[in-house]
Amino acid sequence: MRHLIDPSDLSVQEVDELLNLADRIAKDPKRYSEVCKGKKLATLFYEPSTRTRLSFEAAMLNLGGSVLGFASADSSSAAKGESVADTIRVISCYADICAMRHPKEGAPMVASRFSKIPVINAGDGGHQHPTQTLTDLMTIRSIKGRLGGLTIGLCGDLKFGRTVHSLIKSLSRYEGIRFVLISPGELRVPDYIVGEVLRAKGIPYEEVEDLETVIGKLDILYMTRVQRERFFNEEDYIRLKDSYILTAHKMQGAKPDMAVLHPLPRVNEIAVEVDDDPRAAYFTQAQNGVYVRMALIMKLLEVGEC
Amino acid sequence: MLNVDSLQKGVVIDHIKAGSSMDIYHYLRLDELDCSVAIIKNAKSAKMGRKDIIKIEELTDINLDVLGFIDNNITVNIIESGRIVEKKKLTLPEQVRGVIRCKNPRCITAVETDVEHIFRLADRERHLYRCIYCEQEFDR
Repeated sequence: MRHLIDPSDLSVQEVDELLNLADRIAKDPKRYSEVCKGKKLATLFYEPSTRTRLSFEAAMLNLGGSVLGFASADSSSAAKGESVADTIRVISCYADICAMRHPKEGAPMVASRFSKIPVINAGDGGHQHPTQTLTDLMTIRSIKGRLGGLTIGLCGDLKFGRTVHSLIKSLSRYEGIRFVLISPGELRVPDYIVGEVLRAKGIPYEEVEDLETVIGKLDILYMTRVQRERFFNEEDYIRLKDSYILTAHKMQGAKPDMAVLHPLPRVNEIAVEVDDDPRAAYFTQAQNGVYVRMALIMKLLEVGEC
Repeated sequence: MLNVDSLQKGVVIDHIKAGSSMDIYHYLRLDELDCSVAIIKNAKSAKMGRKDIIKIEELTDINLDVLGFIDNNITVNIIESGRIVEKKKLTLPEQVRGVIRCKNPRCITAVETDVEHIFRLADRERHLYRCIYCEQEFDR
């Protein structure tokens, strides 16, 4: 039995196979509409989420399976003090696979140690978000035709942005990747990612605070939201939340084929006027998220293509 | 030099960095032993200048992973009939379980106290360990 807790739980070859399957699903979704008939997905969301939870549920429904679960800690037995370990032991009796989001880092890993069904990390605090990464990889590959040989700009909250951490880990496994890390000093990428991923693998990177001076060299610009829920101090959040706002004017300095990605939801870090720019790929990302989660569910349930 | 009777049978943990013996005493839970345990602090050492030594008057199982994690230059000698019959070699363990605690308030271990604290060796050269759940570096 396999789980997906960290992006590196899947080898590069497995990621490629998964993205290939997601591409096939995107081309002919009907063909996969009953492959998970009789299977149940439990969505255990201890933290509010709209798109990730609905994306998982849509994915399972598209595969002919069914879904059950809860959408906040308040509506689960966690409110009564039940541990993650006990919850997953019980859910293992009700469902065939589960997707867990939790505000505390490492909660899905704890669940995987006690689970009898595959556990998918749907986001754990500011730590990792591997299925968003699969979505990002699918989007980048579909636009650029490759995952190597790219200059990736990551902008915004790189400290608590779990999607950023997962994406750096995953892309660092491909040849010819360069990173431009754009953030305020307080929200820089954690040392362990810089030291143990980028430096350890000899991947070129630079850390800057100004987006406009580097936007012209990027193949991909990955924008992120400064997340209020990650701050213990409201004052710090207010001071940093508007650090970067991508506008049509700033986009004039970008390459004609640069793609703008964002894990969503956005607040104001991408001006609405950018939505009409053909380089804006963030809504395509959301669609890809369903396909790649369908592929992942099939893989973890070991469901073959009919 | 302070005299402590030599052991006839037991374990001598030697070459402990001066000042670290009490940490080792706690990490190894030596307070739970019923036998005599001698802690010698700041003993003179030709090699180290000053060192700590712990003598345990019983052939007890020592958690070598814990010792290796604390300092893999420590030596562990097994004594029988007043003589060293075995010298245990220490290495940096790949994992340290249930000994040190993650201090990250965002980690699941901060709220679920029954979860075993586990650290993995992340960088052998820097002796750096990270929590397997949140990847926070262990801060000594």
